[in-house]
This record gives sequence, C-alpha cells and structure tokens, in this order.
Amino acid sequence: MLNLPVLRWDKEYTSLETEEVVHFMTGEPIACVSQANGGLLKRDMRKAPRAREVLREIPPAELLAMVGKAGELYMNGTLPIGDGEQTPAEFCHAQSATTGLPEHMCRANMAKNHFVLSNIGDMLDALTRGLNLDILARGYGKEDRDVTVSYQAQAPALGLVMPSNSPGVHTLWLPVIPMQVGLVLKPGPQEPWTPFRMRSAFVAAGIPPEAIAIYPGGADVGAAVLENCTRAMIFGGQPTVDNYKGNPQVQAHGPGYSKIIFGDDEVDNWEQHLDLMVDSVYGNSGRGCINCSAIWASRHTKEIAEALAERLGPIEVKPPEDPEAALAAFTVPGQAQAVWGQIESEAGQSGATHMTESYGPRLVELERCAYLRPTVVHCTGPDVAIAKREYMYPFVTVVECPQEKMLREIGPTLVCTAITGDSAWQSELIDATHIDRLNLGAIPTIKLDWLQPHEGNIVEFLFRARALQVAESPVPVGA
Amino acid sequence: MSTTTATAGAIRTGADLYLIPSDFGTLEERTAEARRRLDDWTREVIGWHFNPETGCPFWLEYASGLGWDPRKEIQSYDDLKKFDPFEDEALRGGPVERWIPKGYTGRPTYVFETGGTTGVPKSRVVIDDFRIDYEMFSETLPDEFFPRGANWLMLGPSGPRRLRLAVEHLCQHRAGICFCVDLDPRWVIKIIKKGWHDHLKQYQRHVIDQAITVLKANHDVKCMFTTPKLLEALAVTLEEEHDTTIAEMGITGIFSGGTEFTPQWTRFATEELIEGIYMTPTYGNTLMGLACSRPVLPEEDYKIAYYAPQPRAVVEVVDPENPSEVVGYGETGRACLTTLTKEFFVPGFLERDEGEREAPCEQYPWDGISGTRPFGQIAGGTVVGVY
Repeated sequence: MLNLPVLRWDKEYTSLETEEVVHFMTGEPIACVSQANGGLLKRDMRKAPRAREVLREIPPAELLAMVGKAGELYMNGTLPIGDGEQTPAEFCHAQSATTGLPEHMCRANMAKNHFVLSNIGDMLDALTRGLNLDILARGYGKEDRDVTVSYQAQAPALGLVMPSNSPGVHTLWLPVIPMQVGLVLKPGPQEPWTPFRMRSAFVAAGIPPEAIAIYPGGADVGAAVLENCTRAMIFGGQPTVDNYKGNPQVQAHGPGYSKIIFGDDEVDNWEQHLDLMVDSVYGNSGRGCINCSAIWASRHTKEIAEALAERLGPIEVKPPEDPEAALAAFTVPGQAQAVWGQIESEAGQSGATHMTESYGPRLVELERCAYLRPTVVHCTGPDVAIAKREYMYPFVTVVECPQEKMLREIGPTLVCTAITGDSAWQSELIDATHIDRLNLGAIPTIKLDWLQPHEGNIVEFLFRARALQVAESPVPVGA
Repeated sequence: MSTTTATAGAIRTGADLYLIPSDFGTLEERTAEARRRLDDWTREVIGWHFNPETGCPFWLEYASGLGWDPRKEIQSYDDLKKFDPFEDEALRGGPVERWIPKGYTGRPTYVFETGGTTGVPKSRVVIDDFRIDYEMFSETLPDEFFPRGANWLMLGPSGPRRLRLAVEHLCQHRAGICFCVDLDPRWVIKIIKKGWHDHLKQYQRHVIDQAITVLKANHDVKCMFTTPKLLEALAVTLEEEHDTTIAEMGITGIFSGGTEFTPQWTRFATEELIEGIYMTPTYGNTLMGLACSRPVLPEEDYKIAYYAPQPRAVVEVVDPENPSEVVGYGETGRACLTTLTKEFFVPGFLERDEGEREAPCEQYPWDGISGTRPFGQIAGGTVVGVY
C-alpha cells in the first residue's frame, strides 16, 4: 500500500489523520492518504506568491518544453508517488480500483491528458489568441500590430477542488503552469492519483516543486481552497454551481446537461445519426459533463428512444480490467440505489416511458458497489419531470418538443450538438447564451476541440486585461 | 482543594471526592478508590434528589410513577441503569422551577441554555455548579502557564450560556480579571444554514477584531479560552495583519474545547500556531460540566483522552444498540453522560458524540473517552464547530 503525504509546496507532511483508499470491488487498501486540515492550507497560502515567483524565473518557452516533457513522463514513465513509485499500468490499475472506472477508460483519459500536455503550446496560442507568452510573463508588451497590451495575474496560484468521478477534468488545469501561475490541488477522495502523478511528472521535468501543492482532506480543506485562493475551480453538483454563481473568484463546474437537438430539416434522417447519439451518451461510461443526457426533436422521438434502447439496453456489467467494460461502478455506498429510486419514481409518471425496461434490471448490486446499466426514457414533452435530469452513468431522455420552442425549453446546456442546416435556427443557436459549447452539425458531444475554451477561458479567468502606459522618455528628476 | 464555593451553604458538593492524592496506592487501588467514591456519592445524590424535603418537583413526580423507591433500589453507580435513559427534551420549556431542588429554595438561581437557534432551547438551572466545576478544573491547570493573578480573555460564546460565566469565574477564582467578546452562536448557526458564507466570514472577523483590541490594549492578558476555529483565525490575523503571534501578545496558556479538537489539529496548532504556549483541550456541555484531557503529548501522537469530573459527572462509552452496556477498552461507542450533583441529576443521557473508551490513568483513575466526534448515525443533521 502506498502512503501519500500532504504536499505543502516543496515539503512533504505526514498527517496524524489518514484515509484509506480501497479497491471498490475487494475492499483491499490501495493507498493511505494523509489528510490536511483547513487551517494548515490557509497558513501555507502565505507562501503562494513564491509559487509564481519560482515559475517567473523560468521563461515561458522553457516552461512549455518542460510541460511537454512532463506529458511524456506522465504517459510512459515510472514516477515516484508518496513512499513508492508507479508505472503507467499501475497508475491505471490504481485509478480504476478506487474510482470504479474501467481500466481501458483510465488509459484513454491518460492519453487525453498526454495529448493536452503535448500540445500545450498550440492550446495556449489559441486561448490567448496568439499572444506572445513573454507578454504574460512580463505583464505587458507590444503585439505585432504595434499595440501595447497588459495582462495582470489575478492570483499567484489557482486552487482546485477536484472530483473523484471523472479523471478527464484534469485537462482544465494543465495549461496553468506555463502561464507562470502555481497550483493548489485538493484531490477527490477516491482519485488522488492524477494530481500526485502529474505533479511528479512536472517536477521530474524541471518544474520547481514550490509551484504545486496538494492537500488531500475533507470539506474544510475544500472550503479553505475556495476561501484562500483568489482564483479557484470547484467541481460539484448543481447546488455547488448555484452557490458560487456570480462569484468572480470561483469557476464552478457542475452537471453539463449536454444535449443533441434535431432541427425539423434533419430529424427525418435521425437513423444516420444513431452512432453519434450512442457515442455521446455512453462514451467514458457516461460520467462526463460533456456526455449527452438528453436528445430533443419535434418528431420520431419514440423511434429514436427505441433505437437507443436497443443499442444501449443490453450492455452488461463487466469487470474493470475487461477491455470491453463500458460501465463504471458507483463506489459510494447507497448512491446507485438512491439514483435508481429517483429514476424509477419519475419514469413512472405520466408522459414518461422507460424504454430500456425490457432489457433487464438496470440496478446491479454487488457486495461492495453497484452499477446502473444504460437507461433510456422517452418524454412526451419538456414538462415531464425526468426530461431534464442528468445522472452519472449512461442515462438519456428523448424529449419531444417543437423546434420553435426548443431553445426556450432546453435550459442550461454545456455542449449542444445541433443537427440542422436551418441557417435561421443556427443563428438563434449561436446567440443562445445558455449554450456553452455549440456544435453545428453531426459532431458527438464528447468530441472536444482542444483549441477552444471550455466553460470560460482559463486565460481570462487568471489574467485581467488592463491598461498600462509607458512614458516615451524618462521622467525628469524633480518633476 | 482551596475553594470559596465548593462547600457553599453546608450542602456537600462532592468536589472533595474528585482528585485522589498522587501518593495513594497503585493505579488499580486508585481506580478502586475512585469507584468506591462514585458509589458512595451516587447514594448521597439519589438520597437528595428523591427526598421530598430536598428533591426537585420533576424527579419527585417521576419517582411517584416508578413503582419502586430509588432511595432503596439505587445503592451503587451501576444501579442507575434501572432508570430509563434520560430524554433531554424534558429540558425544553417551563416552568423552569420544576428543576430546582427544594433544598436550594431561596438561593439565587441561574438558567443556562443550549440550542435555541430555532424553537425553545433546552435549559438547565444552576446555583453554584458552574463555579464548583470550574474550580475543580482549575486544580488541573499548571500555574506556570496559567499564572495566578493573570488576566484572561474569553474568546467564545456569550449570551445565556454557562461557558461565558464559568470562564469568568475560573479567571476570578485564579485572582484574575476576565475580558469577554460578544459572540452569538445562534446567529452563526443561522447564517451557516442560510449559506451566507461572506456574512459568516465577516462575523468571525468582527469577533477576532474584538479579541485583538483587548489583547493590544495593555491589559496584561496571559490566558484565554477559545475554540479551534477562533484560535486559528486569531493566529492567522495576528500574523498577517499585525506581524505578531499569539505568544508575542503575551498568552502563555489556552483552555479550549470542541469536537473539532482532533489530534492532527492539536499538532498543527502546537507546532505552527502557538509554539511554546500550553493548550489544554476540554470536552463538556451545559448538562455535564467539564471533562479534562490527560496531558496531550507528541510522543502519543497528540492523542486526546477526556475524563469527566467524577464523581459529579461520569462519561461512559456505550454500545449504541444497547446503551446499558459499555464497550471494551479501545472500542468505539456512543458517549453517555450522567450528571450527579445536588443541583442537577441526569442519569444516562446519550450525547450526540461518539468515541473510543479509554482506560483509567494515574491522574484520573476512571474511564475516559478519546476521538470524540459527532455520532455517526446523527452526524448529518448536526452543525458543529460554528465558532
């Protein structure tokens, strides 16, 4: 069993309070994780400016090269972690064992993180709209068009309160280090693996250890991250998102309510898009905020729901090491049962039809965990209670709604794939402020263009554009 | 022990039965002596509370429906199991006089409240108990760190709470003067429930500002009561905004309490917030009084074990499914409090905390409890560590 310390910037700290992270199937202890307390983090935040200072001693171009190297080490290296070390295969095994995600999906998430690290220069170029990173480093400078621009960092370090359920979210913070901003990471209780391995890779690649701190711990530690970092991200449910709404210091990431919507001009061709719908619903075991949780159309909704049920309904639970495993386990006791209880009650209401019912029970209870098999529910209209639900597994509603009402009814949508060639409707979709990422045409919701911002631009979150003028000649003495 | 109130009005208080002289026998003999004292005191307290001449209306009425006479049936502490577990709902609402023992008729009486954020709070009447309990606690404080004659700061809840007056009395008993702050815990709980995080932060700031004002006003304050959250906030504010520390402000001894008092937090505070200052954790509530901790040592990983002020109060660690049975040493159970004073009798009240049963130690040769935390089966509905 590995012992993972609190990493107080460059100092390892073994806490008197520890949490065992166990295998979700066998209960076997995988890691013993030191738990920080909120006050400890708060006190350490006095050293946060040092994180930015040590990064500013390294030119951005060198940082980019180090991050690229870190990507290689993360993907292929044997790296120190706590009081041991870990190969990539051991990393995937451990991550799967504690999160319930099948191992091949852990490998796919690794590849995704590796891709981002390998292409970090292009991504930052896109997110900064071609800004020379030396301008961020110096605070101001002249662009090629001979205009002075200035960007001011709003925090010496970005705080992150991370989830346990989806290792994919780590891509969001990977561009931070080359912008010479430090990191304060609070890992999800079941997923300490990516933060520790990523930091290890960064340090092995030459990033100063004083730039990245890791504080495993309870809710008080999460609260301390948000209270003490002037820029922070948190991942949680809808209440978390609502709680931090309008707070410029906190970017809250919650349910995506991502959707596929059909225009009247294309809905008769729905069968051509069945693979796209299936992939969007169950890719990465349906856990991500970019997974499709609802498909909206004005007609053919029953046929679409039947076809989806035929494809998704038979999918069975398989062991996590099985390369064909498509479903992730619910490892928190009682969670799957509670989710299923809510679905069962709402799927029985007027206007809702459970389309996967004939493919066998959805709730599969094992000794130490439970699974929910893919579930498709047809809704006769947007007012049916279950129509706008999202759950952490392949769950999708197919909702009948006239095209002209759709934009008014769909609600907040992280990724919207709009299958339509109707240019007037496309214009309305482009203007719809409740849609974050818009895919015009047949693009799966889970297919991300990494060169575009996700739920806000991280560069704009961390840096404020402001005016800075420099006198052409020095100020005379005594002026 | 030297005290002005422990034998007030010639009614025996039991305070003289608390600490056993350090030269008294082996641990086994000390434990047996403590038990003998507890059994003797139990008989005396039952004799008082169920005597129509001295008992309070609540218990006398209760006894009339029992069908057995507690004064005959209760001959030892273990016999108290014959009572049903105490339901603290009985403490809500009036008339509060039903709790005043007739033996204390005419004495000035306090009422202290617990809860009360919404609805009627639970109340406990007190004549001298808070003074007696804190004078007993005073005997456990080292003079080196809590100097006699030193002034104190009470950085904790104000209002109708026992703690505020008790700390002030402790200070006065040790010949000092106590400075206090305004802190309304009911309002704190309300703003937590409303999710007003910024408001909460500002309120905490308001409390800390009061404390810093006192500490910087040349009152020669050397000792304080505070809670983990407020201690942390005070230390950080002093360091960040006043370029000083709690120790540099002259504090040498801190008495603190709360279920947030974990070994890790104690280590963090000792190593990083209050180096050189003596801090003693305590555990208690309005019903019971104050349980002291045995010395908290780095070599024992800052383990915190509390011991009730026997024989005036007893803490047992019991099986939640069968509260009449204590769990084995080192095993986890629910805290069960029994209060045995002449002013107030509470047999077997199941607290909202759980912990591990601790063996007797030299200073406190009776059972203790360690690892106190909100009881797992009800923790979800409890707001802890509000100030």
